[in-house]
Parts: sequence; C-alpha cells; structure tokens
Amino acid sequence: MSAPAIHLAGVLQGAKATLIEPFDITLPGGQWSVLLGPSGVGKTSLLRLLAGLPCAAQMQGQIIAKDGAPLASRVTMMAQDDQLLPWAGALKNVTIAARLRGERPDPNRARTLLTKVGLGAETDRKPAELSAGQRQRVALARTLFEGRDIVLLDEPFSALDVVTRHQMQGLAARLLAGRTVVLITHDPAEALRLADHAWIVARGGISPCALPSALPPRRIDAPETLAAQADLLRRMGLTSPDKAA
Amino acid sequence: MPFAGHRVWRGAVSFALAMAIWQLVVTLSGVPRFILPGPWLVLQALSANAALLWQNALWSAGNLALGLGVGIFLGVETAVLLTLSRRARWLLRPMLVVAQAVPVFALAPVITLWLGYGMPSKIVTIALVTYFPIASALFDRLMALPPGLSDLSRLAGASRWRETLLLRLPHAVPGLISGLRLAVVYGPLAVLIGEWVGSSRGLGHLMLMANGRGQTALMFAALVVLAALSLVLWVVVEALARWAARRSYI
Repeated sequence: MSAPAIHLAGVLQGAKATLIEPFDITLPGGQWSVLLGPSGVGKTSLLRLLAGLPCAAQMQGQIIAKDGAPLASRVTMMAQDDQLLPWAGALKNVTIAARLRGERPDPNRARTLLTKVGLGAETDRKPAELSAGQRQRVALARTLFEGRDIVLLDEPFSALDVVTRHQMQGLAARLLAGRTVVLITHDPAEALRLADHAWIVARGGISPCALPSALPPRRIDAPETLAAQADLLRRMGLTSPDKAA
Repeated sequence: MPFAGHRVWRGAVSFALAMAIWQLVVTLSGVPRFILPGPWLVLQALSANAALLWQNALWSAGNLALGLGVGIFLGVETAVLLTLSRRARWLLRPMLVVAQAVPVFALAPVITLWLGYGMPSKIVTIALVTYFPIASALFDRLMALPPGLSDLSRLAGASRWRETLLLRLPHAVPGLISGLRLAVVYGPLAVLIGEWVGSSRGLGHLMLMANGRGQTALMFAALVVLAALSLVLWVVVEALARWAARRSYI
C-alpha cells in the first residue's frame, strides 16, 4: 500500500478558546508536508490528534486518510525529546515498539537501519553514552524500523546544534523519502529546506506558503531560499526584516 | 588533600573517634558500669558471650531474612497488580493509603497474641512493616511513566502488561530501591520489637534477659550485633543500587 494523503478539516478547539479557526488542508501522500508556526499555536495538538494520542485540545471536524483506511495503525512519531529507554542499548531501543506488540523483531534489520543512520558501531551503546545527535539518529532508526506509511515529526531537530541539525535534516529527507511525512516546526529555514508543501499555522487558520521551485532538501544558501525565508518571517509576524548587510 | 583516603580507612577513623568519645564520657563522668559500660567492657562481653550471641543472632537473622523476603515479594506483587488492573487500583489504593497511616509496630502485641511467641509472629511483623514502603514506593514509580514513553507505548499499540514489563518495571527500579532502603531500616527494628513483645530466642530476647539481670554490657553487645546485621543489609541494598546505576536504571 502506498503512503496515503491526509485530509484535515475543521476547527481546533482548546479547553477554553478556539485555538485555530476553520481550516481545510490536504497533506499529499508520499511527500513532506510542513506546518510552520510559532510555539503554543496548537501545532503539537494537531499532530497528537493525527496520531491518536491523548490531547487537551479537540478537533471539531475530521482527520482522515484519503484512502479511507484508519490512520492510527499506520502512524509513527518522532519528537523533540528522543524518548529512548535509558536502560537499553541502541539496538534494543530500535526494536522496542515491535517488542511492545509482542513480536520477535529481526535484529539484523535493526542493525542495518542503525548502519544507515551512521551508528553501525554503536548498537550496544546506551543513550547516556551517545551525543544528542546520535540519540536522535537512534530515534530515527526506531521510526524507520516501524516501517509505517505516515511519519509525524514534532520538531525532532530543534534541540540539536546547528551543524548536527543540518546533517539530521539531510539524513531524514533521504531515509523517509516515499512516506507521508508531517513535520511541525517553528523554524522557517527548516521548513524551506525540507518541505514539498508548507503551511503557516496561526490562530486565524492554516494558509499555504509558496516554496522555491527547487526540490527538497534545498540548499540553504540559494538566493531564492533566502528570499522565501525573509518572506515567511514577514508572514509569521516579523514586521521589518533586517536588510542584508 | 589532607582528608583524602580509602573509604574503609575513613570508616575506621570515624568509628575509632566515636569509640574514643564514648570511652571518654564513661571515664570522665564516672557512670557506674551497669548504667553505661564503656566500649572496652562491651567488647569483652562480646567475646565472652560469642557463642550465645551467635546463636541468637542466627535466629534473629533467619527471621529477618524470611520476613523481608515475604514483605518484598508481597510488596512487589501488590504494586504490579495495582499497575496492571484499574479495578484493583480503584478497590485497593484507598486501603493502601489508610493502612500506611496505621503504625504497624503497634500491631506487634496483637500479632503475638494471635500467632504466639514463635517464628510466625516475627515473620508477619517484619513482613507487614516492610511491605508498605516497598509496595508504595514501587507503585508510585510504576504509575509515573514519562509522557514520551507513554506515547511510544500507545503508538506501538502495546498491551498493558507488555507496557508494564518492558517500560514501567525497568523505569521503576529506582522506586524499588528506595522501598528496599526503607525496608532494611524497618526490618531490624521489627525483629527487635517482635522479640521484645514475646519470644524465647533472638537478640531482642537476649537484650531483655540481660537487662533483667543487670548485664548491661551484654545488652550493648547484642545491640552491636544487631547493628552489624543492619549494616550487612544496607551494604547489600547499596550494592544493588550501584548495579542499577551501572546498568542505567537510575
């Protein structure tokens, strides 16, 4: 089965007030969709509802896969916090979800994935023995091990240093190709680097962004990328972007 | 560094200092030996009554080991059961809270009344006293799974018991260890109180006998042996804690 498109339509309702006014968007199947917005706007709530996780906010409307099959069993998620088990080595962390389901995971497949993310020599290392970047690589391998069609990314790279973040973005773009990826971020540069499609999330609704014609992962130093970044910053509320020196 | 050195060496120095102060108090104040014997007299009592102390210590230690074993087993059992079953939580959690407010030590006379002067009453007292700290410390930690791991489990579609086995129990190891730390403090106290209330053997019994006969040095000697017993338990739990830390459970 190919990776499905996702249709989100309705209102995101918080405990007291409306978080996001009516919106209607379709995230295309097998591509990277980026939801860009400031912290606290309800991006994470949206993602949690998509994943079927408990959430304080409610969706009045619908979140469905376009192919009609249920979403819940086809979703996996990667968060800013790597969510690794401190007591388990990298390999055991990669296979944890399968073990939680009572399956007998194939250690060779897990080893192959760890090699793909550049940790072939660290399969027995525990999270405390790995750097923040390496831990996110283990989390990425765990996400890949699940082999699900829909991958939700909740600012997974935002706690990393700039160089590591850049490397992780490239790695994720390569390894998650072909799946329906939903990335939420507050960083326009990240959105521009990775998005096939992007939207700005605000209280007033969710509106599409124009993206440079180059295919992702885009060069961060390309003039059209930089211009688009300035434009996004303006749309996110920065009234007077500094003139380039 | 003037105060550097091996742990054992430091312990020995500290211990020697305590003994010196004790001896000094006894010598300077001139308290009669049947009120407060000095460390030297206690040491003499220890060696003169070695066989007697050893027999009674073995008996108390045996009771303690059995009682601790039962208390730990039931405590872990309860914590896991409460984690697995929402109904059990609903039914038993208030009971656990109320039971903790009961000073279990105060039950020792009643338990002795029901079960007699022998081993069973001691084991039940020790088990009761150690059961609650283990059950509640472990249970609190079992229920406090970090939100990230909870999400992981939900996304994987884990059953409650697999989640407990693979995520909650390893996460709760520090809770078990804090429970054990309390248990090995309460355990020896429970032995002593159980034996004071009524017994025919054991260190507590020996202390009562020595007290009645004015053999204060022997009383202190029994106390020293009991302290040694507690120390052994403490060392075991600390070794367990270090093992857990090495394996990144803490």
